Amino acid sequence: MNLPLIVFFFFALLAVAGAVMLILAREPVHSALSLILVMAALATLYLLLGAEFIAAVQMIVYAGAVMVLFVFVIMLLNMGLEERTNFSKFAYLGVVGGFVLLLEIGHWLFHSPAAAAVVNGAEPVKAFSTVELSKLLFRSYLFPFEATSILILIAILGALALARKEE
Amino acid sequence: MEFISQHPVLVVSIVKIAVLLFVVMTALAYLTWLERKVIAHIQARWGPYYVGAHGLLQPLADGLKFLFKEDITPPVSDRLVYTLAPFLALSLALTAIALIPFGPPSVTLLGQPLFVVSNINIGLIFVFAVTSLGVYGVALAGWSSNSKYPLMGGLRSSAQMISYEVSLTISVVGVLLLAGTLDFNSIIEGQSGYYLHFIPRWHIVPQIVGFMCYLTAAIAETNRIPFDLPEAETELVAGFHTEYSSFKFAMFFMAEYANMITVSCLATILFLGGWLSPFPDSWTWQLFIPGAGLLALGIYCAVDTITTMRGIARLQFGVVTMLCLGGAALTLAPAFAALSSSAPAWIATVNTGVQGIFWFTAKITAILFFYIWMRGTLPRFRYDQLMSFGWKLLLPVSLANLVLTSIVVLYLMMKVPG
Amino acid sequence: MTVPVSYYLVLSAILFGLGVVAFVFKRNVITVFMSVELMLNAVNLAFVAFARAYNQFDGLVFVFFVIVVAAAEAAVGLAIVIMMRRNRESLNVERVNLLKF
Repeated sequence: MNLPLIVFFFFALLAVAGAVMLILAREPVHSALSLILVMAALATLYLLLGAEFIAAVQMIVYAGAVMVLFVFVIMLLNMGLEERTNFSKFAYLGVVGGFVLLLEIGHWLFHSPAAAAVVNGAEPVKAFSTVELSKLLFRSYLFPFEATSILILIAILGALALARKEE
Repeated sequence: MEFISQHPVLVVSIVKIAVLLFVVMTALAYLTWLERKVIAHIQARWGPYYVGAHGLLQPLADGLKFLFKEDITPPVSDRLVYTLAPFLALSLALTAIALIPFGPPSVTLLGQPLFVVSNINIGLIFVFAVTSLGVYGVALAGWSSNSKYPLMGGLRSSAQMISYEVSLTISVVGVLLLAGTLDFNSIIEGQSGYYLHFIPRWHIVPQIVGFMCYLTAAIAETNRIPFDLPEAETELVAGFHTEYSSFKFAMFFMAEYANMITVSCLATILFLGGWLSPFPDSWTWQLFIPGAGLLALGIYCAVDTITTMRGIARLQFGVVTMLCLGGAALTLAPAFAALSSSAPAWIATVNTGVQGIFWFTAKITAILFFYIWMRGTLPRFRYDQLMSFGWKLLLPVSLANLVLTSIVVLYLMMKVPG
Repeated sequence: MTVPVSYYLVLSAILFGLGVVAFVFKRNVITVFMSVELMLNAVNLAFVAFARAYNQFDGLVFVFFVIVVAAAEAAVGLAIVIMMRRNRESLNVERVNLLKF
């Protein structure tokens, strides 16, 4: 039981708790706050995996801009509480099936020989350097980078055109 | 004692955090004093004068007032979010201060750098990540107050903050291109050296446009005049913190000043050379500057105590005089000791530490004075003017600065062979 | 010494599953959007875990692109939600069913 394992379990539990609160919350603002909690926990897990730049980008872009957009829309549209629905009886069967599926995935991940290449925990983590990442991003992946910038431009124009008030 | 030698990181971190928290809280309190005094003098009046000598106990009185005031909880729609918002704002504002290096990393205690609580490789982006989460404190406070004015103020304030955050980040990328790293200590060390032997190689010299964009965006980001329409008293009652009273309001107040301090620290590190001194290292008389400054302050306080103060104010100001003269003695002693050639090695470390902290604090105080000066002098923007200024003027100027900087850096890189 | 990579993959699977559950069971269209974001986050975690496992940077580049595309999709999706509210006055996914067979 060493420190990285304890930190991992703490933040993993936090992420799962946030996801469960997203499902169980009655107000949309609480769901948004739970999702922000999940994103913060995941950013810490990225730090634990050594991807420091990605953790910072996740916090700035995802938790700091995209979720602000969600929270704004929730506040502006002023929707009420989530209604409680009647469950269909198939839900219970689905839960059992999902649990069995999860157990199978866990078993494959831990015991199958194909996954042995993935399990790696021998040497301490050396962080991914931002300089190498940017070299890869701007040389090998330059075309997708430019394509996503055009995609963002299209998204801005689309959102403007859709949400503009008719005058 | 073996615990201390076996776990140096933990012990030194706890000491640093405790000292930093105390210093930052005191600095916040006395920043409010400085603001009230400076604005008062701009407006040809005195400001706080009677609560303690020259108003120096005014922050203490304000703190006690906030503690003992009645905590009114209006019929809010969401009790959890209403209570969470000021805690979120204050804790995020204080987290960003943990990354700032206040002095050179060569000054160590038990092998750990003494002047920075945590030094990480991505320090710059991490501070931006924390400040971009600060929008939630404002938005959630406005929303959960269940009232028109806070909601309007909260939404406008958060829209303003995320708009100016874009310009803030882009105006810093010019510095990043010159420095080549995200680590604060490396950025500061890249600013050592001199052009023409006496102009320091600080990033403000090539990036003056970036500095002005950064400062403007930072004033907008921290909701200060001229960008404080969402919380102005004459416009929206008090904006997003209308329905908060006593300690929760004090937390918002402290969060705003802590954000101001963070942004000033960032400006100092990125553009003004951090803890580097503006004078070349060969001018050894610069070791006496902190001591001389404190001595001058002590002499002024002594003269004022003897001539104008009366009664208990005289006693209080006498204490202040003693503190200033004591500080002067403490800083002059290592400087004098360094002159003699038989000085032990730790005298040089103490000198480096004192110099570093002095220059860093002096630069932060200059920028904070500029902030307060803006507040006392300028009228405020209307909201649509504010948004159009942010998107239509500041963002294109920051982008132009970025493009120009990258062209120049590329040209210089290609000119150097290999 | 450190955490095995498979632990991260199991966490990613759990979060993805919870995202699917939220997507299926929730009625408010914005909450449904948020469950899509949760699924994308789970996938990001899997990418970063694999990048660490094979010590390659390509996983991180992919995470970068997933974040960017999710942001663009959130912007357009929320604009559609605003239009929905303006035209139909309701944000319940079961009420927007004119094209249902």
